[in-house]
Amino acid sequence: MTGEVAVLGAGMHPWGKWGRSFVEYGTAAAREALSDAGLDWRQVGSIVGADTVRGGYPGYVAGATFAKALGWQGARVASVYAACASGAQAVDTARAQILSGLADVVLVVGADAAPKGFFRPAGGDRHDDPDWLRFRVLGATNPTYFGLYARRRMAVHGDTLEDFAQVKVKNAAMGALNPNARYRKRVTAEEVAASAVVADPLRLLDICATSDGGAALVLSSMEFARRHGAADPVRIRAVSTVTPRYPTTVLDLPDIATDSALAVEPAAETFRASIARAAYEEAGVGPRDLSLAEVYDLSTALELQWYEDLGLCGEGGAAKLLAEGATAPGGRIPVNMSGGLSSFGEAVPAQAIAQVCELTRQLRGTAGARQVAGARVGVTANQGLFGHGSAVIAVR
Amino acid sequence: MSRTRTPVVTGWFAGEGDDFRLLGTRCSVCASVFFPREDAACRNPGCSGGELIEVSLSRRGRVWSYTDSRYRPPSPYVSDRELKWQPYALIAVELAAERLVVLGQTVPGVTVADLAVGMEVEVVPGVLNEDAETTWTTWHWRPTGVTA
Repeated sequence: MTGEVAVLGAGMHPWGKWGRSFVEYGTAAAREALSDAGLDWRQVGSIVGADTVRGGYPGYVAGATFAKALGWQGARVASVYAACASGAQAVDTARAQILSGLADVVLVVGADAAPKGFFRPAGGDRHDDPDWLRFRVLGATNPTYFGLYARRRMAVHGDTLEDFAQVKVKNAAMGALNPNARYRKRVTAEEVAASAVVADPLRLLDICATSDGGAALVLSSMEFARRHGAADPVRIRAVSTVTPRYPTTVLDLPDIATDSALAVEPAAETFRASIARAAYEEAGVGPRDLSLAEVYDLSTALELQWYEDLGLCGEGGAAKLLAEGATAPGGRIPVNMSGGLSSFGEAVPAQAIAQVCELTRQLRGTAGARQVAGARVGVTANQGLFGHGSAVIAVR
Repeated sequence: MSRTRTPVVTGWFAGEGDDFRLLGTRCSVCASVFFPREDAACRNPGCSGGELIEVSLSRRGRVWSYTDSRYRPPSPYVSDRELKWQPYALIAVELAAERLVVLGQTVPGVTVADLAVGMEVEVVPGVLNEDAETTWTTWHWRPTGVTA
């Protein structure tokens, strides 16, 4: 297919609370990705960074920061910000450059040093920022929204706290096998139930932490990959970056209210479902073709929501799919074999790239104890604050 | 010296007692309602764009979902760090006439144990926080039949 790009290299800096600069994490991940690709940094024609916050003007700098750290070599540079979707937009930007012939080889990097505890908006008295307003007026943290979704699922679909806990049990077991994960310990349902409530009905072990971390990919044209001796590389076949459609009827971060559905009948599918559908359409695959999925489990309940939005089961069927073991290792469609955000925590600009790193390893068959047997097609899914869709489909 | 009562945001709500209402805007062409108010242009992509007129939202709605905040939220939420943290509940309320969902804190004393999805609630005036000069006012949701 002409729309494909090759993944020549993948690299990560382990997640954790390391207390160092995001530049260090991203550079380490980039060096590992270059080494994995068997390429010298000077062969890279373009670098795309997923942005993070850094003090001082202009505050959001990523591409050039990593280019400087790796050694200025005159490459084309871009930086993208799309909240949690930043990594996917960075992949998309790299892909567009490769497919349009602007660059043969592109390095994609995302890294962050996250604050401890709740994410919070930048300072100042900023009444024009919905993110600032939700904190000032309502004290609505990110877990507030996860709690609302979880409680809604319990009321509408009959999900239980035990269902949510089983997501954590599954993901923690996978995280225990992943050397790049921050949390590498198995967890029991009893431990989830015994952890403190953060935002009713969700507990500490239902919600992902904030973390430091970095991830990088080396992407190239299929033609370059062949010349480079990679005859059968992992390929990226789709990147979905869609926005919602008016009116959005699910209360999403950071909104205080939904759109009104008075004038326009809402679409049958939710925003999250449209993110997945756009990726499936672009890749020419469907949920039944998937070997595995990496989804943004900001909370255990949200992972269940993704099962439905990805079409792995019908609406309301997620808890049953989980209980049947379909999303566990050896199941029909294993989800979050990396351990997920549950095991990694959030390092915002890196995470969507880290998801593609996991797909790359799985599709190469080099995921070790986490390996999904015979993996051929994988999807990643997440959603960036302020209406950024994000899904990547990779194939082998 | 008495404090001045000031809305935490301008133009989102008005009135006292039973006359208290959330304020939004309505497009004069397509009738879309916006809360928080949209004063620049109608956001319906199929609308040619009309005048945006201030409207009061329905006083009562039903609980779409709810949660609470067991840990102190970070700034810019204002709380007294000298005092032990008291969780508050938050409700997302579906307003049938406007076909939208609005988030808000509950009146003090109402906890998640008092709430259920589908329960009817009404909007009432509330106090968000006070400082030396100002009482910052807001809206609260209160289950109907329950007096704060």
